[in-house]
Amino acid sequence: MTELALPKIDKDTISRKNQIVSQLKKFTKDENILSENEEIKPYETDGLAAYKQTPLAVVLPENTKEVSEILKFCNQENIKVIPRGAGTGLSGGALPLQDAILLGLGKFNKILEIDFENKCVVTQPGVTNLGITHAVQHKGYYYAPDPSSQLACSIGGNVAENSGGVHSLKYGTTTNNILGVEMVMMDGTITRIGGKTLDQEGYDLLGLLCGSEGLLGVITEVTVKILRKPQSVRAALIGFPTVEDGGNCVSDIISSGIVPAGMEMMDKALIDATDKFSKAGYPKDAEVLMIVELDGTKSEVDGLLSKVSEIAKQNNSNSMKLSNNEKERLAFWSGRKAAFPACGAMAPDYYCMDGSIPRGKLSLILKEINELSKKYNLAVANAFHAGDGNLHPLIMFDGSDKEQLRKTEEFGAEILKACVKHGGALTGEHGVGIEKRELMCESFNNDDIQQQLNIKKSLDEKNLLNPGKVYPILRKCAEEGRVHVHRGEEKFPDLPRF
Amino acid sequence: MSTEEKKNSQISLDSEILSPSTEKEVSEIVREIYSKQLPIEIAGTGTKKGFGYNLQTARKLTLSKLSGIIDYKKEELYIKVKAGTPIQDIEKILDENNQELAFEPIDFGYMINGQSNKGTIGGYVACNFAGSRRFKVGSVRDHILGFKGVNGKGDIIKSGGTVVKNVTGYDLSKLISGSFGTLVVLTEITLKVSPKKQSQITVIVYSDEIKKISNLFDKILSSSNEVSAATFIPEEPDNENYDHTKKKIFKFNDLDHEGSFLAFRIEGDKRSIDERLKELKIELDLSNFNSSILDVHQSIPFWKKVNNLELFSGTKNNILRAVLPPAKCETFSKFLNKKYKYCIDWCGSLFWIEVLDKDDEKINKIKNFTVENSGYLTILKKSENFDFQDTLFTIDNTRLMISKKIKESFDPKKLFNPGRMYREF
Repeated sequence: MTELALPKIDKDTISRKNQIVSQLKKFTKDENILSENEEIKPYETDGLAAYKQTPLAVVLPENTKEVSEILKFCNQENIKVIPRGAGTGLSGGALPLQDAILLGLGKFNKILEIDFENKCVVTQPGVTNLGITHAVQHKGYYYAPDPSSQLACSIGGNVAENSGGVHSLKYGTTTNNILGVEMVMMDGTITRIGGKTLDQEGYDLLGLLCGSEGLLGVITEVTVKILRKPQSVRAALIGFPTVEDGGNCVSDIISSGIVPAGMEMMDKALIDATDKFSKAGYPKDAEVLMIVELDGTKSEVDGLLSKVSEIAKQNNSNSMKLSNNEKERLAFWSGRKAAFPACGAMAPDYYCMDGSIPRGKLSLILKEINELSKKYNLAVANAFHAGDGNLHPLIMFDGSDKEQLRKTEEFGAEILKACVKHGGALTGEHGVGIEKRELMCESFNNDDIQQQLNIKKSLDEKNLLNPGKVYPILRKCAEEGRVHVHRGEEKFPDLPRF
Repeated sequence: MSTEEKKNSQISLDSEILSPSTEKEVSEIVREIYSKQLPIEIAGTGTKKGFGYNLQTARKLTLSKLSGIIDYKKEELYIKVKAGTPIQDIEKILDENNQELAFEPIDFGYMINGQSNKGTIGGYVACNFAGSRRFKVGSVRDHILGFKGVNGKGDIIKSGGTVVKNVTGYDLSKLISGSFGTLVVLTEITLKVSPKKQSQITVIVYSDEIKKISNLFDKILSSSNEVSAATFIPEEPDNENYDHTKKKIFKFNDLDHEGSFLAFRIEGDKRSIDERLKELKIELDLSNFNSSILDVHQSIPFWKKVNNLELFSGTKNNILRAVLPPAKCETFSKFLNKKYKYCIDWCGSLFWIEVLDKDDEKINKIKNFTVENSGYLTILKKSENFDFQDTLFTIDNTRLMISKKIKESFDPKKLFNPGRMYREF
């Protein structure tokens, strides 16, 4: 793995480790401070396991007051702080630094209030995304944003990354589904932004905080909107003989006025791999496979599904199955959800990319990726959230071959640059973190980045909160990054992804 | 700007009203006002001029010439426009393509001076006030995919893009929404557009018992039958200082004009509307109420009148906008106690309240009650004799401090719309 530059290590801070640890004990129980090597090892990386750093110490505060006092102390003493949720992030956003405190929010794991009257839940940030749905589903409610890692990822981390998922086309991402937060700033100031009301007055600080990757504040409480579950959900599993046909079908469905709850695509390489792995019964003669999910009232869903079938036929679909019950619907998804482990069986290693492109460019980018695959002589499998243009190419390689690793990195960077060139984004849902930091200048010029840095400076003057993430240190376009999985040794390999 | 550049530019600071027609010109103007430290008022076509504190500035910058559609991709569900583009132009092209802005832009012209005047898209983004569909589809800020603009130093900056899934850097599109032109001069905006629903109906439920109304709002919010708007129009107070407009404005064949009523909208294809109506009748126990139905031809104009605040057409009084958690609907209505002319939108969350001229003390009481009940209140339209000393926007000291820092990061010399939102900056 190519080394990414990290902020300059402050040796003075490291030399004061014992003193700092002892000072931190003033703010929380002794047992909440981990400083021995074996204790802090589990925290040396997040979901981007290729990068590892040992933090100075790990602090696991139990309440907002403790977070405030710890941050205030660190601010006064010029000690860097890396906030961390469940550590499932895929762009290295919670990668520790040797001279930084890792502030784990794992003990903030309680749901504080279920407020059915106001259709919201007030929760601590360490509660998992799925934990919120579990808490309200007995009354037919759920929390809409559904990152594939929702079983393990925390809602605080979701806010930091503005997480989305399969259903974000219709229901939006985290930023569209939260009402308020309690936040602690680097100087220890505690503030509430929003609450149980729609919108807020004044500057949309909630919108700024959501997706800021832990650079502006530490979230200590979140109020999320909950929705009633739709009455009916059905899916279609559609195969196409060419990539173009599949891409055109996506555009035609959207143009016709249908907004599906989810619309996913896989290319042939992934169809074969996942079907072998999950026995989902995917068609053998399809170049691309699409899963379209529709929700709403029963007659609405039936009507829309029949329209989708028509549009697919007009776009030369060569196979089609419509789910008639929940078991069939889940069977359609089983292969798609197994993309990660299935690819693990295809090659010793793979890189997972995360970029966004306009829907209409899906077939174009797939062609380009296939050409790049030939150029670099590396196999690639593609999964797409086709409805919102978020793509996840998985590049197969052997990490023991350094030349292959170098080529894989170049290949990956070329894909992301192509995404930006075609009007898309460097990251659709994994975040910039440390992974894509040096590629930021593909999307932004110096003035754009400087404006963002000005905001950072205005709220964290000394740049102590999660430094070295999101914004380029060198202000140059390097070609590095991506999620690297070696022999399934990725963090949380059992979690469904993408 | 060099002398040579100045000579070539059509815009010169010598004029009090500056009307740039390109982004570059906007940047040049701002660079010059930055160097001369001249505070500046930023406006589209000025339709929302009365919102916020009045300004005292050396120059006014209008974006009316920075107008036009840059790119419209129907199949990608986005439209990219210059910031000074009239909202009608955008709505027209979308309508021709069977699409719309789902946040339902409010025509504030009726409230300001009694006639339609929608203004520019830049103004909608600057205010972030969404119409009746808000509780279902989000606010203006939820429909902005990206923007370009000029910061207080004259730098052209951008954020976001044209795709819905984008987490590259801070989401500044949200931050500039509702900033009342105090952070950037917007030059370009990319909006998410939505397919237009095939049809709609509106169910009118007659009742003036706020407990029952509040209960109906709750049942609508709890329903999975996707109601897309719900409003309550109470009887107007028996006070000659208020214009009694309700019966005149909401004049429809299938609407009984006497008494208070709740209205809710169902959108979709006909079969789906019928199915949902059947279920909602049961969920809401509608057999216990007098009710009627407005068909599509009555439903569309009905919601236009609600969204455009025609109830308050041309009023000379103060207009307040209070947003509360939906469960506070009954408490807040009882507090208002038929003393004021008001209506409730967003399925029980949003109150538009008219308060008589010079009733500052009453405004203060309403504001305090709103805040005590976890809401916020904006004094949107000020009457002629308004001399309210408190803040027009609700904010606590910590958020004010954070907002001040954010302001300085965009506009270090505090030249854009100084004092419009908060007197401190």
